[in-house]
Amino acid sequence: MNIHEYQTKELLKSFGVPVPQGRVADSEASAGIIAEQIGGERWVVKAQIHAGGRGKGGGVQLADSIDEVRKHADHIIGNRLITPQTSAAGKLVQRVLIESAQNITREFYLGLIIDRVAQRITIIASASGGMDIEEVAKTNPEKVIREAVDPSIGLPEFQCRKIAARIGLTGSLMPQAVKLMQALYRCFRDKDALMAEINPLAVVDGDKLLAVDAKMSFDGNAVHRYPEITNYRDFDEEDPKEVEATGHGLNYIALEGSVGCIVNGAGLAMATMDAITLHGGNPANFLDVGGGASPKKIANAFRIVRKDPNVKAILLNIFAGINRCDWVAEGVVQAMQKQAISEPVIVRLSGTNYELGQEILNRSGLPFITATDLDDAARKAVDAVHNL
Amino acid sequence: MSVFINKNSRVVYQGFTGQHATFHAEEAIKHGTNIVGGVTPGKGGSVHLDRPVFDTVSDAVGQAGADVSGIFVPPQFAADAILEAVEAGIKTIVVIADGIPVQDMVRVKRYVLDHDAIIFGPNTAGVITPEECKVGIMPASIYQPGRVGVVSRSGTLNYEAVAQMTALGHGQSTSVGIGGDPINGANFVDVLKAFNEDPDTDAVVLIGEIGGGQEVDAAEWAKKHMDKPIIGFIAGVSAPAGRRMGHAGAIISGEADTAEAKMNLMENLGVHVVRNPAEIGETVDRVLKQKATTVESGREPVHGEAVES
Repeated sequence: MNIHEYQTKELLKSFGVPVPQGRVADSEASAGIIAEQIGGERWVVKAQIHAGGRGKGGGVQLADSIDEVRKHADHIIGNRLITPQTSAAGKLVQRVLIESAQNITREFYLGLIIDRVAQRITIIASASGGMDIEEVAKTNPEKVIREAVDPSIGLPEFQCRKIAARIGLTGSLMPQAVKLMQALYRCFRDKDALMAEINPLAVVDGDKLLAVDAKMSFDGNAVHRYPEITNYRDFDEEDPKEVEATGHGLNYIALEGSVGCIVNGAGLAMATMDAITLHGGNPANFLDVGGGASPKKIANAFRIVRKDPNVKAILLNIFAGINRCDWVAEGVVQAMQKQAISEPVIVRLSGTNYELGQEILNRSGLPFITATDLDDAARKAVDAVHNL
Repeated sequence: MSVFINKNSRVVYQGFTGQHATFHAEEAIKHGTNIVGGVTPGKGGSVHLDRPVFDTVSDAVGQAGADVSGIFVPPQFAADAILEAVEAGIKTIVVIADGIPVQDMVRVKRYVLDHDAIIFGPNTAGVITPEECKVGIMPASIYQPGRVGVVSRSGTLNYEAVAQMTALGHGQSTSVGIGGDPINGANFVDVLKAFNEDPDTDAVVLIGEIGGGQEVDAAEWAKKHMDKPIIGFIAGVSAPAGRRMGHAGAIISGEADTAEAKMNLMENLGVHVVRNPAEIGETVDRVLKQKATTVESGREPVHGEAVES
């Protein structure tokens, strides 16, 4: 689960990470008031969306007067922002973060991630902060430091000093870096985060360390432990079809093809998409119904897949272990009867209660295209689209 | 023969009296699995499915001699259940739960380093040695005893591959699900090592997915240490590049993460890579026949030798 920059900074601040003075505004008027309250002579107006590269898209503006703050806020709020990480349509901006502008002398990168190779929380740090850290990792991997954290002892001071020294945070900056890294780690551990990133971590006014930009994402399987993090969720940032699917216990990701897919298990769902592609078709979505799918869940899956106007045929591929083919078949029949489905429906059932499921389909008298195996199913689905 | 579990395994189910555990325990018993009891805290002393229920795993080990555990508790309690099994001295732990918080697993993995135990999962369909022992949720009917080892991340894709093999007469020595989560117990190399040492496994089917470098690490290990052929498939060639926030993920995972890149690397390391998921069974058949021919003609089969189609 992703959260906004202003939320991340609020959270990090509560753990002791130094962040710029600022507050979020949802209108031109409130942006002006906040800038006045912050005071100073220079402010930064930052669009709040769940995507990076905002500066490149014009979503981060400097202002030298309250009027200018209001002008930028008015321009950004209510408009769509296109960045290298958004779709071509961009994302609608509903809020801006107003902060005092910083006098930055040096920029660093500091991140925390669950490293699946080390199987541990790992710190990533670099003296090359700013926008192009991914490029640095490719071209100068030696400039990107990695340190795995042993969960039995946490992140000790010496390890923070080691990282700080290697990226050049020395002298009076070192104790600040140690404190900041430990605070970031505590926040990451105590809130079950999956990713935290401070970029840039900046030296301001010559000798102060400050998290000038920050992002975090959290483990969807653990957020129920932290109501304050759950409250940060912004449904406007998510695909409404995906939100609805999650509500029905379905894992759905919209794609751009024409064959709607309903499958059990992520691996088989991907393999089904691969088989469709190999036969010259294009999957319209990834959809995993999970285990123990009830007839209602299957019917919901049909409804969600059919909301995509590009869908020309629907392929249902179920290899039941913990699932039951009879329940799945009942769901398909319900969907076909209640939703007036006109697209060709290709059904491949296998595994637990296969015979019962096949019998329910046959008895219904509905016009299914049945497939014997994965290859047959993929070919028939692609043919169905081509023959329309 | 087999790896990890067999007819002598003494299996305990954690979360034994729950609805799912009950259903799958009954299936496992029908398949010949020696389930010696179950654990449900608070219900110790009662009897379920004609077997004793214990309050703790430690009691199940001490009183029923359990050495394998199937963990069927809900994901929010699963990490604690794994720690309990490890501490009680269980050697083989199969974790079915899907949705365990990732950092819970980071701590579990650290703890298990100091103990002699192997974990399969979380988010696995389980481990099965056909007609001897089943600890998991897979449909037993598609498996048959045989000489091909199977290891996969995905459960249902494992069923798909196994059904294709079984239809062509190739049974399984053992089929192992290592689970689909980013932090899991045993990895592909751990399982390949076991299959390599098993005299009754002739070949291995390895089924991976996009993300992480485990499959390529396994192929590298096999090139150095293994003479048995490996048939490999990676799901996700058509999957979109992961949507992400920030850059840290891309930095740590690098570019060798796509299904295409992984399959190319594995092919270069001598794995018989299958590009079409519908052709896993056929490829197993072809590779085994090729192996039989080269053995008959007196040539030593070479790992990764190109197979003519």
